[in-house]
Formats: sequence, C-alpha cells, structure tokens
Amino acid sequence: MRPVAMALVIGLGACGSAEDAAPRAAAVGDEAFLLDEVALPAHAPGRFGFGGEASEARVAMWDVDVKPDGEGLPAGSGSVEEGRRVFQLYCVACHGPTGTEGPNDRLVGREPWEDNPVTRTVGNYWPYATTLFDYIGRAMPQLTPGVLTADEKYAVIAYLLHLNEVVPADAVMDASTLPEVIMPARDRFVDDDREGGPGPIR
Amino acid sequence: MPRGEGSRISRRAWITTTSGVIAAGLVRTQEDAVRLVAQEAPSATDPTKVPGRFVSELGARAPAEQPRRLLRTEALSSSSRTPLQDLMGVITPADLHFERHHAGVPDIRLEDHELLVHGMVERPMTFRMADLVRYPQVSRIRFLECSGNGGGAYNRERMPTEITVQALDGLLSTSEWVGVPVSTILREVGVRPGAGWVLAEGSDSAMLARSVPLDKVMDDALLAYGQNGERLRPEQGYPLRLFLPGWEGNTNVKWLRRLEISDRPTHTREETSKYTDPLGDGTARQFSFTMDAKSVITFPSYPYALPEPGWWEIRGLAWSGRGRITRVEVSTDGGRRWVDAAVQGPVLPKCTVRFRHLFEWNGREALVLSRATDETGYVQPTVQQLWEARGPGTSYHQNHQRAWKIARTGEVTFGLGELV
Repeated sequence: MRPVAMALVIGLGACGSAEDAAPRAAAVGDEAFLLDEVALPAHAPGRFGFGGEASEARVAMWDVDVKPDGEGLPAGSGSVEEGRRVFQLYCVACHGPTGTEGPNDRLVGREPWEDNPVTRTVGNYWPYATTLFDYIGRAMPQLTPGVLTADEKYAVIAYLLHLNEVVPADAVMDASTLPEVIMPARDRFVDDDREGGPGPIR
Repeated sequence: MPRGEGSRISRRAWITTTSGVIAAGLVRTQEDAVRLVAQEAPSATDPTKVPGRFVSELGARAPAEQPRRLLRTEALSSSSRTPLQDLMGVITPADLHFERHHAGVPDIRLEDHELLVHGMVERPMTFRMADLVRYPQVSRIRFLECSGNGGGAYNRERMPTEITVQALDGLLSTSEWVGVPVSTILREVGVRPGAGWVLAEGSDSAMLARSVPLDKVMDDALLAYGQNGERLRPEQGYPLRLFLPGWEGNTNVKWLRRLEISDRPTHTREETSKYTDPLGDGTARQFSFTMDAKSVITFPSYPYALPEPGWWEIRGLAWSGRGRITRVEVSTDGGRRWVDAAVQGPVLPKCTVRFRHLFEWNGREALVLSRATDETGYVQPTVQQLWEARGPGTSYHQNHQRAWKIARTGEVTFGLGELV
C-alpha cells in the first residue's frame, strides 16, 4: 500500500467510532481529502468481479505485438524478391519507388552519423528489425491496414532490409531469421537520464 | 436594416441580417464580427429594452467569441493546436483541446468498445465500458502536452518572429480527467511477479502502441472516460484513453483497447523511430517520458499590439510533469533581471497554473520572458542550455524559455531570436 492510502487508513482509524461498521469516507478537513491520490476506500473488496475472463482464443485474437526477441511473430516467410512485388504494389505511392522519395517517411538510407542523424531511416535509425513487423502489421498500408498476409509482411521486410544493405539479396525472413537481424542503429539508444531537480540540464 | 419600427422587430431583423452575413461568409474573423456589431447594430438593440432569448438545450458561445483550433496547412493534417491566447484560467474547453492523431479519429460506439488486459496476469480479462464505469472513480485536473510542442523555436537558423503562441505551443491543454485508476484494474486481474512494463494499444487504424513502465501505471495512471464534465470527445479517445499525468502526449494512448503486462518493452515504432531524442553524440535518448517544467506567456504575444504605454498585465501558463510549479519569474529586459510573477492557486501537481505580472510599459522596446521552477527545484532552461545538453538534432521536449519582443510601436513578435 502506498503512503497516501496508508494515511487515509490511519486517519479513519483515529476518527471512526467503535459503532461504525464501515469506515466513513474522507471529508473536508481530513488530510486525506486534500491529497487527491487515494484510489480505493479502505473497505473496498479485494476483487469487484466486474468484467469477464478472457479466453486464450480471445487474447490471441488481439495479441498482435512483436517483441525484439521474436515473441509474437507468426508462421510464414518471405524473400527479398517477393518483397519487391509487395513494395511496388502497396508502398511506392507514399514512400517512392526506392523508398527514398517520399512523400511520406523515407525508409531507405545508410547515411552515417557521428553526432546527429541526417535522416532517420530503417537502415540508420531503427534499432530492431522486429519493429517493422509490429508496425506494418498495425498500421500499413496506411489506407488499407491489415491487408498484408504474414508471408507478404515477411517479404516486404526482407526487401526493405535489403534496400538498406542490412541483408543480402537471397535473404528469407521468418519467425527465426527476423529477430536475428542486427540493425546498424542497434546500440545507439540510451535510457532517459533526466531526473528534474536543480542539477545540470540534460 | 429597419430602424424605428419598435425594438422587437429591429432586434429580430438584426439577428436575421447578422446570420445572413455570417452564412454568406463575410465574417471571417473576430474583428469582422466586432466591426459588424459596432457599425450595424442599431440603438434599438439596447438589451435592457428587449426580452432575451429563451432557454436552449445546448449552449453556444457568443457570436463574437469563436476561438478555433489551428490546423496546419497540409490537407491531411494530423494535428490541431489549442488557441492558448484566447483562453482564460487553466481549463481547456474540450472542443478546443489539441489533437494529434496517427490515423485519424475512429468512430467507436460505446457499447461495442472493449478493453483486453492480459499478459503476466493471474486472470486475463475483458472490460466493457459499463464495467469500467462501475469501478470506483477518480478525477484529476492535469495538463496534457505533445512532446513535439514548441519545436518551431529550437533551430538557431530558423528562429521565427511572426508566430503565435498557438502555432508554437498549442499542443498543450488542461482538463479534468475522470476515470478509474489503472492500478484498480490491475488489482482485479492480478499482476504476476516479475512484470515491469505495460504495452498500451489503441483501436485506431494505426493501432498506436506504447510501452510504459509498470511503476508509472501503478502510481497515477488513469483509464479516462470523462473530460471536463462529459464523456471524452472522439478526438480525445472516446470512449477510453490511457492518461499518464505529466508524460508526453503520445503515451496517453487514445481509443485504448489493450493492455499487455510484460517484463520488457515492445520497442514499437513510436518508441524507436519516433519520440526518441538524438543527443548530438551519436546516441539517442529513448523512453523520455516526462514533460519537464515549462512556461509560456500568452499575453502579450504575436500578433497583439499594445496600443499605448501604461499598465499591462503579462499573463501565461506554467506546468511541470514532475509535480507542482513552485515559482514563475518574469523578465521584461531580455532576462537580465527577473521578478516573481503571481501564481494563481490552486497549484495542482502535473497541472497548468496561471501566472500574472503587472507591468508598466514605458513605451521603449522590451523583451519579455518567463521561466518556471517546479517542486524538484528544476528551473526551465534557456535554449542555450538545451543546445549544450542535447545538440541541435533533437525534435522533442523543447521546453526552453520563450521570449516576446514589444517594439516601440507596441507591436509584439516572437523574440527569442534576439537572444541567440
């Protein structure tokens, strides 16, 4: 229990008479009333029982995210060559014939960066290849998200990684090969070290 | 417009005429509306001589008071900005709350919406809105700010002068948020030992997803379904959004449909490719959630002009994602001397406060700044401090001090360029 909730309980103990079966609610004047962090009254049950249990099938229906270790990747596979076809069909209108022309995000480029990235492409800024599967599955193609099969997603990722000179022309992406791809920007990211306070600005 | 036919008729005629002009598109700005009333409203509209309108089921703003969100000029704009210069106090009317969408505003029916909570839990569960509303409810008045807010005043070579506070910093709003603490729902599903992260996912067509540390979620996160006395607006995530007080807007996932409890982050596109901060040394900061202390002056600001020297009140907003604002200072000489501004209570944690400073303008050029301090002792930095710490390549969390320049003519422009 967090300190604030504790304060409420202590306050109630001190104020409530022995006759009170249930603790009374916080009132104006109580310190707890002024602290607005109290989430649950002391007499709340351990569980309310509102809502329903979700079956494994129900969870599987929506559990679409993909993590860097490959958790969440489905069966299927795709090659660079197959990916070229998928890219021409679904991606060029927004990302250009070679993934560099736009009008939307530039996907391809290995511009080196010493200090600041000049471009933020898959090749020089994305730390994990699995994020491509996660993101394309959620949101791409922009106007018809969800139309790509697992095979098509693996294929277009293979093609994009190849355009970015991360995998060779004969690469095949699947649930085991995709998490093994080491992205050029893999070690670029650091945790947030800002912490407020009067110390140096970070 | 008929005159001298009795006040009742004249009033009706005036209203008809005015409506016609508005419908014809001749009134485009507040100034137009004011001019119209001033020039064409006959003396017969003396409101003390005419019974007023009847009650109505839904109120409307005064015809001359029509603040608007600012859209970017692109046809497919994905953000709109709150008219900070038009607002009073700290609460943002819900229809003026800024917008930032990644795939538009979905149409969701209350009765269809479901939240799935699963992963490292004892009992995976789904909750309908009727279930969530039944849980013990809390209300919090808190700011929400996009971490890209203010990016237009960071580039040394492209420092603007003719920019409004709305265009620069209008990705900031404050509301009373109503909902159920996420901790209550996690208590219901039973979080298993070893969990440390929560993936939150929306049901827009981007299925926007962010990984959030479990500590924050247990501390003060809300499943919000109410805003300023009513249900969430669709643009704000109707019927359900995650609300993380003090954290960058993008993590406050709208149209929330899934929480996955995990022991590690997912590294979604929005927390790798976007919303990360290059630091100028070959690295980039990731999971930079907290919005640091910041203040903006909303008056005087571009394009206002002070018509004459004399007493004017400098007004603005200050806020911090780390707690309460403890001090706001104002300078009228470009930051050489600072004085404490009056801070309007109540001062709530992770909430905007109004600050005000009475200023006697002597008619000479003035450079007006504000800087906020929060309860951790953090002082809103100068842009030079941010440049030194992070370099020029970062595009989020630009909370540095702003400046407005008052020219001898009284005209106000964005003045940070004078200091860099």
